[in-house]
Amino acid sequence: MTKNTVTQENVIEVCHLRKNFGKNEVLKDINFHVKKGEVVCIIGASGSGKSTLLRCINLLETATDGEIFYHGENILKKKMSGAAYRAKLGMVFQQFNLFNNLSVLDNCMVGQTSVLGRKKEDAESIALSYLELVGMKGYIDALPRQLSGGQKQRVAIARALSMEPEALLFDEPTSALDPEMVGEVLKVMKTLARSGLTMLVVTHEMAFARDVSDRVVFMDQGVIVEEDKPENIFFNPKEKRTQEFLRRMLDE
Amino acid sequence: MTGIVLAITADADSGFWQWVAYLWVTYWPMFLRGAGITLLIAITGTLIGSVIGLIIGVIRTIPVGANDSALKRGLLRVINVILSAYIEVFRGTPMMVQAMIIFYGAAFAGVFLNRILAGVLIVSINTGAYMAEIVRGGIISIDKGQFEAAHSIGMTHYKTMKKIILPQVIRNILPATGNEFVINIKDTSVLSVISVSELFFSTRSIAGAHFKFFEAFTITCVVYFILTFTVTRILKLIEKKLEGSDTYTIHGSHTLVETEFKVTEGHRE
Repeated sequence: MTKNTVTQENVIEVCHLRKNFGKNEVLKDINFHVKKGEVVCIIGASGSGKSTLLRCINLLETATDGEIFYHGENILKKKMSGAAYRAKLGMVFQQFNLFNNLSVLDNCMVGQTSVLGRKKEDAESIALSYLELVGMKGYIDALPRQLSGGQKQRVAIARALSMEPEALLFDEPTSALDPEMVGEVLKVMKTLARSGLTMLVVTHEMAFARDVSDRVVFMDQGVIVEEDKPENIFFNPKEKRTQEFLRRMLDE
Repeated sequence: MTGIVLAITADADSGFWQWVAYLWVTYWPMFLRGAGITLLIAITGTLIGSVIGLIIGVIRTIPVGANDSALKRGLLRVINVILSAYIEVFRGTPMMVQAMIIFYGAAFAGVFLNRILAGVLIVSINTGAYMAEIVRGGIISIDKGQFEAAHSIGMTHYKTMKKIILPQVIRNILPATGNEFVINIKDTSVLSVISVSELFFSTRSIAGAHFKFFEAFTITCVVYFILTFTVTRILKLIEKKLEGSDTYTIHGSHTLVETEFKVTEGHRE
């Protein structure tokens, strides 16, 4: 990316973001944005900083330096409370992180009632509609420990959607799943991508990045090496590091 | 004499069981009253102590970020020092000594505490110190992902604790809390030093009246055991209840109104 002009069109815009863990520099001067309705996949080797970038965007990690804009508003300048901002960005975790003490339905309702202040009946019908979308409507009474990994992740997606966020962030959503369950989660994500939801996906699923995303970002050692349309990244990568990474990934 | 009263007598020639029977038949209201006071102090003390522990445990796990104001950080540090001091002092000294100091200290200051009230107070403060650490352990053992997930849907720390973390903590620390309860039933006996007429104190009076310590305390031993054993069973039941159902119902699609079948831990029956 050349020059940053902060605009409201960009749901998320990251400028000169740095993150250090002690002396270890995990993110080095990251500039990047996500437009409304865009599906952006971040790919790269383990330890390249892609998850950290996602966690910085959602304020789960505090950036060492740099700025993050949400619709042009600098959220690190504390005009908006962290909680209010996070409510607008959904997050789906690698380890699902469903609330263990709550049923499937309550998992999808607790944020709506306690954060958004929705009425119980409204929250329930919204939760049910998203649970239906992910194919988990029949399991509303189940507890997280009674579900399989793929089921848990689909509920986690419904939980995030129930907050009706501006954008949904996915942190390696299929990496902790058994191979046979990856498909069911990816299917849900594809449906969401086609519905026009703004999505930022950190993933190792190359086929998903290639087929579903509008833009692919390749990260290596804390920097964005290359970003482009998926067909260019996958079939005609410009950078040598991208070529090497893709050769390794696609050989598997 | 009415026919209901069992006339058991015992004298110097009577054997052990004869004396046990005599003491029980003669003094059972006193034994039971003592057991009642023991239970009362143990229950209220454990409950109040658990509340104290819960509050302190929550305060001591409030995260302090780099973005927080100096005032908040300073205030939290002061509160933490005070709370640590409380925990260290009350865990680090015998409850018997605490009872003497609080009761006679209050008297020294001109406040004459009701003995039972003093007992409840002492057990509560003492239990609070232990529970604070149990709760803190319970909170830090909850997976970080639970906090992150709650934060990611916009919950504040307070809401996260109330809706997500504490319900899980309370279930997890229930065995340890039951432990405290059982310990308290037994340890109220030290309150006899401030003449609280709980079970131990009552027994000593009864035994002293006849110089039959072995016999009287045999009865008391059984009474204590019945108390603790019953309590342990009840706590087990509560634990099981909080664990939630092992089964759940899959609700059918809208075409088949209620085609529901039971599922046990993911397996269809």
